[in-house]
Amino acid sequence: MTIKSEPFVVNLGPQHPSTHGVFRLRLTLDGEKIIDADMVMGYLHRSMEKLAEERTYTQNIPFTDRTDYLAAMTGNLAYVLAVEQLCRIEAPERANWLRTIMCELQRIASHCMAIGIFANDCGAWQTPVMHMLRDREKVLDLFEMACGARLTLNYMRIGGVSRDVPPEFMPAARRLVKEMPKKLDEYEDLLLENEIIVARSRGIGVLTPEQAMAYSVSGPMLRASGVAWDIRKADPYAAYGKVDFDIAVGTNGDVYDRFVVRVAEMRQSLRILEQALEMIPEGPVHAQLPTATVQPIGQPVAPLAIRPPVGEAYGRIESPRGELGFYIVSDGSPAPFRFHIRSPSYINLTPLKLMSVGATVADAIVILGSVDIIVGEVDR
Amino acid sequence: MPSSGHSVTAVITGLDIAHRIDQRFPGAVAEAAPEAATVEAAQLIEVCTYLRDDPDLKFEFLSSVTAVDRLEYFEVVYHLTSIRLNQMTAIKVRIEDRENPRAPSVTSVWPGANLQEREAYDLMGIVFEGHPDMRRVFLWDGFDGFPLRKDYLVGPGGRFPGLERFPGEPGGPLGGRG
Repeated sequence: MTIKSEPFVVNLGPQHPSTHGVFRLRLTLDGEKIIDADMVMGYLHRSMEKLAEERTYTQNIPFTDRTDYLAAMTGNLAYVLAVEQLCRIEAPERANWLRTIMCELQRIASHCMAIGIFANDCGAWQTPVMHMLRDREKVLDLFEMACGARLTLNYMRIGGVSRDVPPEFMPAARRLVKEMPKKLDEYEDLLLENEIIVARSRGIGVLTPEQAMAYSVSGPMLRASGVAWDIRKADPYAAYGKVDFDIAVGTNGDVYDRFVVRVAEMRQSLRILEQALEMIPEGPVHAQLPTATVQPIGQPVAPLAIRPPVGEAYGRIESPRGELGFYIVSDGSPAPFRFHIRSPSYINLTPLKLMSVGATVADAIVILGSVDIIVGEVDR
Repeated sequence: MPSSGHSVTAVITGLDIAHRIDQRFPGAVAEAAPEAATVEAAQLIEVCTYLRDDPDLKFEFLSSVTAVDRLEYFEVVYHLTSIRLNQMTAIKVRIEDRENPRAPSVTSVWPGANLQEREAYDLMGIVFEGHPDMRRVFLWDGFDGFPLRKDYLVGPGGRFPGLERFPGEPGGPLGGRG
């Protein structure tokens, strides 16, 4: 007698602790092995790209907080850089340094979450993530000092930042930079050599460098595959051209290397912060916007509405998750004609099927965790 | 593998890339502008393969694919990056047919276009021919219309003539069948 068997479909999500938000993975299984993986997205789709077409350039900045809500600073910066490129505005020196400091603080906060939740996915339930949340709070305290908010920061402005940091910010930031390496040592001791994490993540979800590039994967995922590509280095924006740091690169392109690369990137962020906090000059934090872009003669327009010249710009930065780009088309009116977000969370999901097929269900959870998606940014 | 030190990504302008493409594939360039070269849809795949494989270009990384509704026509915009040579460029494809917009899929050249083309289909309604999985991504099957089109929906005080209500809403142009 033969036992009849057929593929079995499992819905992972949308309400599942390891999907990192409302994201559904439909896995077709042969026993424990995955034979097909289909992503179902859109639960958090707010049609930001359409909404943005009806709002002025400045009114759109808060939207960029709400795409990648764990890295609002980098979202803000990518957008304002694209608009600045369109208007040919340059931010003053101090604003550029403040942007660099904020983005690196944000990277530390975001990677804390990524690593903590990843440990969760591996089965180290809640304890490691609590350590990392504790340290992320310190960064959020700094953001609160700078702009009054902890998550939806809305700090960057077209031509600079919204306000200078208060006097107590710099000492507090220096203290964080001094204390954080000890915390990172602790993470490494706790997790890097942890037998369970190594067993769960080594050799799983492997992407070769060629695959990673062909699938448009960016950020720590691309670097874990051994491609030393970092936009901060390749095409420096803000003040990244003036600081010294290394690109953290992995070798195997597996889940474990992505995790190691993120920890190494936090160390590099601290290195950048150390230099930036020393080198930041005094001065204005907001550029004088050219009057031509503010108020064209003979056209009724709301005061201070920025009207970039007709044209288009693609601005991109290295967010904690990869290449975050904003493609903006201007028709000369106060609102963008087209506002497109090239979101790294979404595009990094492209090879998910490639990575998951052949693995087990438990592996799929770890693989998804290693992509470090933010569903707000996936669905937009 | 890539360059180290403080370099800057070299931007190959639309005019330069148009010149290179035109030398290799005469007649493939429909229009050259400083921002991007517009390529004939029929020759898109050949041009993209050339851009990916040419030793001076090596655009092995497709940064972004998106579509723009230019009112009279649609445009698909491709931003390309060469990680090895640290350079960028952009090409476009123009789609005149607003009723049934179609463009060739570049997934055979860059698999990374998969989800991005699905997004452009979902929100702008452009069908990418040759795409392995041309389905909606964010919206559900059966959703009426393509929201990013300029004639889809305009809020109060909006700038573009269009529908006053969501297509599925009672009283909307498509009735209450959404």
